Amino acid sequence: MILSNIEAIPGKRIVRHLGLVGGNTIRARHVGRDIMAGLKNLVGGEIKSYTELMSSARAEATERMIQQARARGANAIVNIRYSTASVMQAAAEIYAYGTAVVVEDE
Amino acid sequence: MGTLVSLLIPISLLAVGYGIGHWNERRHLKSLARREEIYKDVVVTNWKRLPEGLSIESAFLCTGSVVIASDYFKTFAAGLKNLIGGRLRTLETLLMRARREAVLRMTKTAKANGASFILNTRFETMMVMRTRRGRGAPMVEMLAYGTALRLAPTSTEQDTSH
Repeated sequence: MILSNIEAIPGKRIVRHLGLVGGNTIRARHVGRDIMAGLKNLVGGEIKSYTELMSSARAEATERMIQQARARGANAIVNIRYSTASVMQAAAEIYAYGTAVVVEDE
Repeated sequence: MGTLVSLLIPISLLAVGYGIGHWNERRHLKSLARREEIYKDVVVTNWKRLPEGLSIESAFLCTGSVVIASDYFKTFAAGLKNLIGGRLRTLETLLMRARREAVLRMTKTAKANGASFILNTRFETMMVMRTRRGRGAPMVEMLAYGTALRLAPTSTEQDTSH
């Protein structure tokens, strides 16, 4: 599966559009992680556990989007966008969406 | 005595936040400058169209993200500034640090996978407020993503003129 966030796949030609596909996930924060984050809020700096949490959530949303595209018979997704929303005080929603397409070599 | 202790705690928290927070920030800015120098051969753009004259081998999506917390002093200063309005300079630097770090991580992934050009870079920001007893400590999640291009060897040479 080839992914891109522009409206084409460089070096390929789009032969069929299969519509919008997307995948989401909502992750809640972990209590242990939150304690560390509380400390980090005192001195500032990167909160590595949250960075990992968010990137694994994003990988999962992307994976769900890919599954949906594969089910439609696509071999690429173009114009991918990520969107994030803070749904509750300790939870975040990650949404990945794009257009599923079939591409061929130019 | 009781009031003295209850005053001492926030003051020492402010001092610790200011001291370590400041030191952390300076260290981060230095490391950003150093790493930006390493990855400067990767061209990061937010163009949507392919540039002319590049022969592209393949493309892939690449991302970079970071979660950065503000320190106690910055949060306090921003809270005060919020009352009177104006520039929240401390939070400006926090967001710019997060943005530069996210771009760097995206660039690093691109380079590690053999790409030397990034198209259509986008940012996605999420502010997370940890509310504790009515006080919120800002935390920012910054994502940078774009389409990385692996260029054919001939076009990389032309590309150094950028």
